[in-house]
Amino acid sequence: MIMVSVGVFVFGIIYSVLLSFTNAKLFPKFNFIGLDQYERLWGETRWLVSVENIWIFGVLIIVFQMTLGYLLAVFIDQRIKQEDAFRTIFLYPFSMSLVVTGLVWQWMLDPNLGFSSAMQKLGFESFVFAPLVHQSTAIYGLVMGGVWNGVGVTMAILLAGLRGIDAEIWRATRVDGIPAWRAYLYIALPMIRGALATALILQCTSIVRVYDLVIAMTQGGPGIATQMPAIFVIEHITNRQNVALGMAAASMMLLPIVVLLAIKSAADWHAKSRREQRAA
Amino acid sequence: MTGIATTAGGIAKDRPRGPRPRRVTASRVGVYGFLIIAAIYFLAPMWVMIVTSLKTMPEIREGFLFNWPREVSFEAWTKAWSTACTGRDCEGVRPGFLNSVKITVPSVAISVVIAAINGYALSFWRFRGAQIFFAILIFGAFVPYQVVIYPLIIFLREIGLFASLPGIIIIHTIFGMPILTLLYRNYFAALPEELFRAARVDGAGFWSAFFRIILPMSVPITIVAIILQVTGIWNDFLFGIVFAGRENMPMTVQLNNIVQTTSGVREYNVNMAATILTAAVPLAVYFISGRWFVRGIAAGAVKG
Amino acid sequence: MKYAGIARVLLASAAGAVLCGAANAAEVEVVHWWTSGGENAAVSVFADEFEAQTEHEWADTAIAGGTNARAAVMQRILGGDAPAAAQFNSGRQYEELIEGGLLLDLTELAEREGWRDFIRPESILTNACEKDGRVWCVPVNIHSWQWGWASIPVFEQSGVPIPTNLQQFLEAAPKIQQAGFIPFAIGGETWQHTGAFNVALVGIVGKENYYRLFRDRDADYARSPEVATVFETWRELTSYTDEASANRNWNDTTNLVISDRAAMQIMGDWARGEFAVAGKVPGVDYECIPGPSDTPFLTTDGDIFLFPKQDDPEVEAAQLELASLMISPRVQALFNVAKGSLPVRADVDMSLADSCMRKGLALLDDPNTVLTALNRFVTEDTTGQLNDLFAEFSFNQGLSVADAQERFAGIIETAD
Repeated sequence: MIMVSVGVFVFGIIYSVLLSFTNAKLFPKFNFIGLDQYERLWGETRWLVSVENIWIFGVLIIVFQMTLGYLLAVFIDQRIKQEDAFRTIFLYPFSMSLVVTGLVWQWMLDPNLGFSSAMQKLGFESFVFAPLVHQSTAIYGLVMGGVWNGVGVTMAILLAGLRGIDAEIWRATRVDGIPAWRAYLYIALPMIRGALATALILQCTSIVRVYDLVIAMTQGGPGIATQMPAIFVIEHITNRQNVALGMAAASMMLLPIVVLLAIKSAADWHAKSRREQRAA
Repeated sequence: MTGIATTAGGIAKDRPRGPRPRRVTASRVGVYGFLIIAAIYFLAPMWVMIVTSLKTMPEIREGFLFNWPREVSFEAWTKAWSTACTGRDCEGVRPGFLNSVKITVPSVAISVVIAAINGYALSFWRFRGAQIFFAILIFGAFVPYQVVIYPLIIFLREIGLFASLPGIIIIHTIFGMPILTLLYRNYFAALPEELFRAARVDGAGFWSAFFRIILPMSVPITIVAIILQVTGIWNDFLFGIVFAGRENMPMTVQLNNIVQTTSGVREYNVNMAATILTAAVPLAVYFISGRWFVRGIAAGAVKG
Repeated sequence: MKYAGIARVLLASAAGAVLCGAANAAEVEVVHWWTSGGENAAVSVFADEFEAQTEHEWADTAIAGGTNARAAVMQRILGGDAPAAAQFNSGRQYEELIEGGLLLDLTELAEREGWRDFIRPESILTNACEKDGRVWCVPVNIHSWQWGWASIPVFEQSGVPIPTNLQQFLEAAPKIQQAGFIPFAIGGETWQHTGAFNVALVGIVGKENYYRLFRDRDADYARSPEVATVFETWRELTSYTDEASANRNWNDTTNLVISDRAAMQIMGDWARGEFAVAGKVPGVDYECIPGPSDTPFLTTDGDIFLFPKQDDPEVEAAQLELASLMISPRVQALFNVAKGSLPVRADVDMSLADSCMRKGLALLDDPNTVLTALNRFVTEDTTGQLNDLFAEFSFNQGLSVADAQERFAGIIETAD
């Protein structure tokens, strides 16, 4: 099964890169035309906007999810009686259909319905909080929804990591009188780097593939202000029936990941050689 | 060998291992304060969904989003479950429920088991090319599903499993592999290697080391894996409509038909109720899984 | 006329009976995206009539959202699990299915029943369903984009008459705004912008110039001052919309007009269904303005059904019976009244139609006012590029008229 899985991905990736050099429309056909699709891709305003957006969105999501996720995990780790309830509350957004939760967020951020009108009715006449309706702020509205949707998983992974730390370590920190916050920041954090890496990669995959959230919250708008690369790819493969252009976009999306993976394996290799040094 | 395993089992009941709190202190108040504020941010949309689902359509149109309904009505809930029309069938989201279970249970079980073994093999039994193998797998996690859908269709057609229950299970397993393997590999990598070496010295082979040492220690991460998979597979819609075949359409197809219809009056109360109903199974998994979630690896197991 | 219709039905069913003889009942799976209440009633006409008139069974697969449904059909065809019938929009979405020989050839049926003689306008058959002289699909209804939907109370309270063209509307818009209403209602979906923009375009430049742009792909004309006027008018129109328009669906937008909060929306005739569901009466609560222009044209978009090839000859026979039934006069009348669209043939009883539908029927009867829709001339890819451009132009004030027009001309130049 695992070989099948790897095989599918290898085959799928080669296949999509190859298709990006063709003029396939609806069904995959291998009629090679060179780099035309890439030329068109980088000439499309929408693609350029998408690329810019994914970086803003990605960086913000990672920063917020990591910080908030770790904070939540640490706080839940304080022998909270209602742990199950809190953990479920932080996780539940993950289980909800984004079509509807996106709509709810859209309502809550609507200038005439949600927060804005609630605050105005409370007497704050000039209060306006409606990031989704403006070109320049819509992406931050998306970040709000994205963090809400995904932070629970980060928390769960980091919590699992924390629970995996040897109890001896905690005992030792208490004996040494190290304050809890320092123990969490300087001792626990490095010890759960595996969990951190998992959470990071998971976040990256969901960022790169972000689709439903955007469709549900802004449909890529106002105008094309919150378009994302994955939407570009999917729309061209399906609705717009330009498979080759979609594949060119997909291939471009994979490029930074190759770089990231290279950095990661270099770091792994570095860590491994250090571990071996220590062992010796 | 036996010693290690017993110790591991014995201490596994230990509760969270954060520093033991003193009675009611300022920091205690701070902890709860933070959690409660966070909970409000998380629950606000849920609150809107619940009150909306209990309102009548005229009241929803008035636009008081956060208000409790003047008159509580459960009509939307019964409609969402059993009478809402999705195309010609007017049976709500109910008919797909069993199909979703039939798809989710085996897919989750198979993918988690394979990924656990896989992560174990990758981190403790380093074989040649393990790094590249792993890198490709991670790479796969970034590819948008739709990009590889054509090769998958052809693959399943060739093995004769297109549009069948085994077909959709294979698809979910394939797409679950990258993240799950990553999850297990990174978790295992953080485990003390001495533990594994000790087992090897005791003469444990590939499988016995896995079942007796590694598996009992991977409960929390397995819970995370199950949470990820149950959510992903239960909520899947794209693969369901293509690979499952007409008789096995999951519940999300009906949910989608109810919430995503683009003409006619949108019945927001029914939409909300249907969404909460469809999410009930993952929610239950999150809640119940907590019992196992708190168990960590055995304290001092290495020395045991 | 009516009798001729009935006679044809009888003939058709007789032909069907001869064709199949004592054929066994087959199950015909139909994929469609008609999931809302009104649409459900419409699709039930097909299903109920099919099950009543033949011994076959209709197996319903509803998948909300045209994109989802079409993608699923394509993928299932590739996987060898093709449904027996599938809803599509007329256009060029299924060109490759025809080229790939994946569809059932309906030519023989169409010739026997004389589809060419009664389908009107003829272009919805020749343009949408025919390729190299063969017939590959069944058009089931006609929808047109060129309608303005106006709230009568809003115009009355603003003290301005209901306009008949866009220029009048723009003159009235400041007064409407002063009276506290949203003058121009539009939502956020990109297709809403392309659709409404093209309506404004035809209204300003006329039919021949519209063809020059999209059929002849005359990029020089796309750069002309006349087209610049269209962009300027559009900018003026969108300046009269409200703040929350960015995220709105088309039907929530229609609801602004229904609930007398907005004055007018430019939207296809499917919006009529929304007014009907809300219990509103044309001429009393709302007005439908064809064009909105003094010389209105109507495009003939619509839904069509494809019949992917099947292995089982019995299913194939059933497919042909379904195709024949969908276009028969009785089913056309029942279906289109339920759906709120116009029938593809003139010889059907539309006595149940309301005044807006009648306006549409009258326009359809004159071949000069019938306009071929954009999606017959250009691919989905090009339509998509136009969607992106118009939506950006509507929301991004930083994109100047000149730049937008130049990009428009660029798309026209490279269109395929």
